Amino acid sequence: MQGRRVVITGLGLLCPVGNTIGEGWAAIVAGKSGAAPITAFDASAHRVNFAAMVKGFDVAEHMDAKEARRLDSFVQYGCVAADQAISDAGISTDGIDPARIGVALGSGIGGIGTITQNAILLGEKGPRRVSPFFVPSSIINMVSGNVSISHGFAGPNIALATACTTGAHSIGLAARMVQYGEADVMVAGGSEASISELTLAGFASMKALSMRNDDPEGASRPWDVDRDGFVLGDGAGVMVLEELEHAKARNAHIYGEIKGFGMSADAFHVTQPQEGGKGAAAAMKNALDDAGIAPDEIQYINAHGTSTPLGDVAETDAIKAVFGEGTRIPVSSTKSMIGHLLGASGAVEAIITLLAIRDHVAPPTINLHQPDDGCDLDYVPHESRQMRIDCALTNSFGFGGTNGTLILGRV
Amino acid sequence: MSSVEERVKKLIVEQLGVNESEVTPEASFVDDLGADSLDTVELVMALEEEFETEIPDEDAENITTVQEAIDYVLKSVDD
Repeated sequence: MQGRRVVITGLGLLCPVGNTIGEGWAAIVAGKSGAAPITAFDASAHRVNFAAMVKGFDVAEHMDAKEARRLDSFVQYGCVAADQAISDAGISTDGIDPARIGVALGSGIGGIGTITQNAILLGEKGPRRVSPFFVPSSIINMVSGNVSISHGFAGPNIALATACTTGAHSIGLAARMVQYGEADVMVAGGSEASISELTLAGFASMKALSMRNDDPEGASRPWDVDRDGFVLGDGAGVMVLEELEHAKARNAHIYGEIKGFGMSADAFHVTQPQEGGKGAAAAMKNALDDAGIAPDEIQYINAHGTSTPLGDVAETDAIKAVFGEGTRIPVSSTKSMIGHLLGASGAVEAIITLLAIRDHVAPPTINLHQPDDGCDLDYVPHESRQMRIDCALTNSFGFGGTNGTLILGRV
Repeated sequence: MSSVEERVKKLIVEQLGVNESEVTPEASFVDDLGADSLDTVELVMALEEEFETEIPDEDAENITTVQEAIDYVLKSVDD
């Protein structure tokens, strides 16, 4: 990366296998699945009736009832993960100019549960019953807005919505803001709470979701010959990004560094990946160029790996195009455990990639029993692997053909 | 069956997340009970639901205290 160096000084996580960094990371290293039958609503009429929900989340532990009532779950999740990250980093407006701290927390879908409820009220009871909190509870930038209000962070305040690339783009572009000097600290990541009747039905109609209703924990199986789609997941991932000298000056704990960021578009189709993964390869190459490193310096890849028939092959081809046909670089998909958190996935997976570097452990791809034809990389099947990791890459690809790659490493 | 006064006070406690002891007749939703403009709109909607009535926007603007809410409901029930 050109310009000022950007390090990570705080992390926050809410995901289907844990509601803190410690709990979530331990479950991921242990290869635990977070998929289960849906209980929040009656899903019996749906094609798919399981997902990877956040579990044991009690909003009353984090905010009062009145505040909680006016925030959609995606805003609650994002605020809670942001609070964890901010507390972990030890940043506050006490000692740092508020105008130098910004927020970039996006979402792929936004407050779909709240939108659905109000659409039902509109239909059943008429326009006068639509809640005054409907709009400010459900629009995409309300995580960024609420975090800035509760912490007094008056710097740049943005929220991207680039589908499943939202989290990666948010971290990458927030890092650029720190590099460029628009802020010294950015709270960046993504949040999603899309496990609702409407979203489940929509993704199922697309045939994008796994229909393995009799075996939720075995449903997300990236690169396996029997994979049949992704598993919808909820949660949030947040990183506190900080300019290196700023972090050193206040003796902050530094987890690692954002070494490179690359973007591209497939310019091909709204949902299908391009055969050969040309756009995906371009994002990886751009990130390597940005980091100023050669492909062989990357020691681990946290793949997008959604468990869809076409996507997994395209990403494998793209990795081969960048790292060489015979590459033995370990590549895993943690979506095999936590499902696909859409707009939060890129942020959660950047956190996982960073912790893989911290602990020198590549998390596994579970449920990979028989790799499909053409899927012949080292996918770290079944069990995590202790290995030297100083520099790693993570991919995110979204509907609309939007791609983002982050490279993280030790300082 | 609770009185109109009790039902209105209960709604205010629920909607604004305040203690029952704070809901005195003269208490102002905005100045005393911490409501913002959106809370007051939602409170009026809750009154409409509870008492199965419709409160026109121009009337709603004049409901700013606990007693005004009680009086409005009593008047509209009488009507």
